[in-house]
Amino acid sequence: MTSLDQTRARPAAGGLSLAVLAPWLMAALFLAIMPFVFTDNSAITIMNQMAITIIFALAYNMLLGQGGMLSFGHAVYMGLGGFMCVHIMNWMEDGLITMPLPLLPLFGGFFGLGFAMLIGSFSTRKAGTVFAMISLGVGELIAACSVIVVVFFGGEEGVSGDRTYGIPVFGFEFLHQIEVYYLTAFWLMLSAALMYLFSRTPVGRMANAVRDNPERAEFLGYSQRWVRYYSFCASGFFAGIAGGLFAINYEILTEENLNLATSGMILLVTFLGGVGFFFGPIIGAIVFTLLATVLKLHTELWQLYVGAIFVATVMFFPGGLAGLLAMHVAPWRLGKMGVLVKPYLTTLLPGVIGGLGLAGATEMLFHAREAATGDEAMGLFFMEVSSHSPVAWAAVLAVTAAGFWLARRGAPGLKAAWDEANTAPGGRR
Amino acid sequence: MDLVLVNLIDGLVTGLLLFMLSSGLTLIFSMMGVLNFAHASFYMLGAYFAYQISKSVGFWPGLLIAPLIVGVLGALVERYGLRRVHKYGHVPELIFTFGLALLIEEIVQFFWGRAQVPFLAPEALNFALFSISGNSIPAYKVFMIFISMAIFIGLLLVLTKSRVGLIIQAALSHPQTVETLGHNVPLIFMGVFGVGTALAGVAGVIAGPVLGTFPGMAIVLGSIVFVTIVVGGLGSLWGALVASLLIGWLTTFAASYNVGMMDVLTGLGFTPPEDLSESLFRDIWSLTLPQVGPILPYLLMVMVLVFRPYGLFGKRDV
Repeated sequence: MTSLDQTRARPAAGGLSLAVLAPWLMAALFLAIMPFVFTDNSAITIMNQMAITIIFALAYNMLLGQGGMLSFGHAVYMGLGGFMCVHIMNWMEDGLITMPLPLLPLFGGFFGLGFAMLIGSFSTRKAGTVFAMISLGVGELIAACSVIVVVFFGGEEGVSGDRTYGIPVFGFEFLHQIEVYYLTAFWLMLSAALMYLFSRTPVGRMANAVRDNPERAEFLGYSQRWVRYYSFCASGFFAGIAGGLFAINYEILTEENLNLATSGMILLVTFLGGVGFFFGPIIGAIVFTLLATVLKLHTELWQLYVGAIFVATVMFFPGGLAGLLAMHVAPWRLGKMGVLVKPYLTTLLPGVIGGLGLAGATEMLFHAREAATGDEAMGLFFMEVSSHSPVAWAAVLAVTAAGFWLARRGAPGLKAAWDEANTAPGGRR
Repeated sequence: MDLVLVNLIDGLVTGLLLFMLSSGLTLIFSMMGVLNFAHASFYMLGAYFAYQISKSVGFWPGLLIAPLIVGVLGALVERYGLRRVHKYGHVPELIFTFGLALLIEEIVQFFWGRAQVPFLAPEALNFALFSISGNSIPAYKVFMIFISMAIFIGLLLVLTKSRVGLIIQAALSHPQTVETLGHNVPLIFMGVFGVGTALAGVAGVIAGPVLGTFPGMAIVLGSIVFVTIVVGGLGSLWGALVASLLIGWLTTFAASYNVGMMDVLTGLGFTPPEDLSESLFRDIWSLTLPQVGPILPYLLMVMVLVFRPYGLFGKRDV
C-alpha cells in the first residue's frame, strides 16, 4: 500500500522531479559563485585541486564503495590520462592537432578507459584481496616503467606542456586561473552527474549486488567478473578525465602522478569521506584538501596526523564522514537532535581537546628533538611556548589527560543518549 | 662462470631475505585471510630497533631483542587493532593495515628522521670470508644465508612436527572445528601474527646493514614481497620459498649482465634507425637489462596471473 502511494506521489516523467534535481542545481550554483567569494588566486588553485580530487575520488569509489574492489593502483589511470593530455597539448602547440581545450579531458578519459579495459581484463577476475594485490603490482609496474619509457613519460623530470594553444572558446584562451576553474567546474558537474547516473543503471546496481553477494548474483544469471569489469572500465574513464584536468591545471605530469603514494592518497580521501554513499568521496575530497592545506601551513608533521586520523577512522568509524552524517538522519527525523547536544558537548569536546593536547605534546617533542640547540621557543596553538620548559610539558600533558578522562567518563552517557535519540516515541527503535 | 657463482650467492641472499618476509606474510594470510600490508613496516621497525639497541649494547643483543619487540608489537596490533576491524570484513582489514603502514613510516620519520641512519654490520663479521676470482664474499652475507636457512628449517619443523604446529595447520583450514575442540583460536591467531611480524623483524635486523636503514625501506621491499607471495601462490610456504629465490636470482642476474636491446635487435636482423634521438622507438633501442631488472618481478607477477592465476604452488581459491 505504501509503495503504491509513493509511486503515485512521484511525477510521471521518469522520476525527474525538483527534489531530485535540487542538490545538483545547488551544487552548480555553489560552484558558480565560489570564485566571487574567494577571489584570491591561491584559493582558486585550492578549489581546482579540490575539484580534481573529487572527480578522482568519485571514480575510485565506483570501485571501492559500489563495486567492492579495493585498488592500490588507481593513480595509474588518472596519470596515464594526464600524460596523454599533456602530449596532446604539445601536439596542439606544434600545430599537429587543433581543438578547443575543454574537450581535452575527454581524450584523457578515453586513454584511461583503454588501459582500464586492458588491465581489467585480467585483474577483475577476482575481487577482494587478489584484486588489491594485482592492482598494486600493476601500479608499481607502470610507475617503474615511467623511468624507462622516456618517450611517453619523460623520465625523471616528467612531461610538461602549455594549455593556451587550443582554439579559443568564446574568446577565452585559458590564460588565467579563473578560466581554468570554470572549465574544471564544468567537468566536475558533468562527471559527477554521469557517475551518479551510472550508479543508477542496471550495471551500477548489479555492481552493488556483486559486491554484497557475488554467488547470488551469479545465480541470477549475471557474471560477477563482467559486472566488475564494466565498473572498472567506467572508473578508469573518469579517472582519466581527472587526469586530463590535472594536466590542464598544472601543465606537468611526473612519475609522482602514477606511484603508490598517489594511489594511497585517493584511498585515504575516499575512505575518510565514506564509501557507503555516493556523496561520501565529495566530502572526503573537500575535507582532506582543506585539512592538508591548513596542516601543511602549520606543521611539518601533517602526514603523521593524517595517517593517525585515517587509522582511527578505519577502526572506529568505518562509514567515514558520510556514514557519521547518515547516522544522524534517524534522530533528526524523530526530532530528537536536542537530546544529543549536551552529551556531545560533555564528551566529544573534551575528546577533541585531548586529541589536540596529544598533537601539542607531539609537536613539542618534535621541536625539542629537531630544533637547533638553544632554540627553545615554538609556536603552539597561537601561543609561544618553550619546548624545554617543564611547566609547558606539564600543562600540555595535563590538558591531554584531562580531555581523555572527561571523554571516557562521558562515554556511557553519550551511548544512553544515542539510544534514546534513536528510539521512536512509541518505544520502537 | 665465476661471475655466475657470485651472482648465485648474491641472489640467494636476496631470495632468502625475501623469504623471511614472505613466509610470515603467507602464514598470516592463509590463517586469517588478512593480507598484512604493514608487514614490511614491521621489517623496517626491526631494523630501526636493532640500530637503536646496537648504539648502546651492540649488534648481537639487537638481533635477539629487536625481533622480540617487533613480535610483541605485532601481537598487540592484532589484538587491539585488527580484531576490531575484523568484523567489518577483509577489505577494511586490508585498508587498516595500509593505514598502519603509512602511520609506521611517519612514526619512524618522527623519531629517526628522514635520512638513512648508520646501522652497520658487526665488526666480528666485517671481513671477506673467501673470494671467487677476485670477487670477495663478505662473511656477513654467509651469516645472512645461515640465519635465514636456520629460520626456515626451524619454521618447517615447528609447523610439521610440534603439537602447536599441528593445531596451527588445523586452524588454517578449519578454524571453527579447532575452536570446538577447545583450542583458543583467537590466541593462536595472535601468536601467529606475532611470530610472523617477529620474522619480519629478524629480516629487518639482518638486512638493515646491507640494504640501508631508511624510512623508505618498507615500501622498497614491501611491494616485492607481495609480488612474491602472489607468484608463489597465496598461502603456500613452499611457493613462497621458490618464488623468493626465483625473484632474488632474477633481479640479481638482471642487474649484473649488461645486455642491451640494441644488441638483441641487431642480432635478430633489425637495423637501428638513423637518428636514434628522434625515433619514436628510441626507448626500445636503448633499453638495457639492468634497467629492466627492477620491473621484472612485476612482469613475472602479471604473467603468472594471466597464465596461472593461483600462483606457482597455490592450490586454493581465495
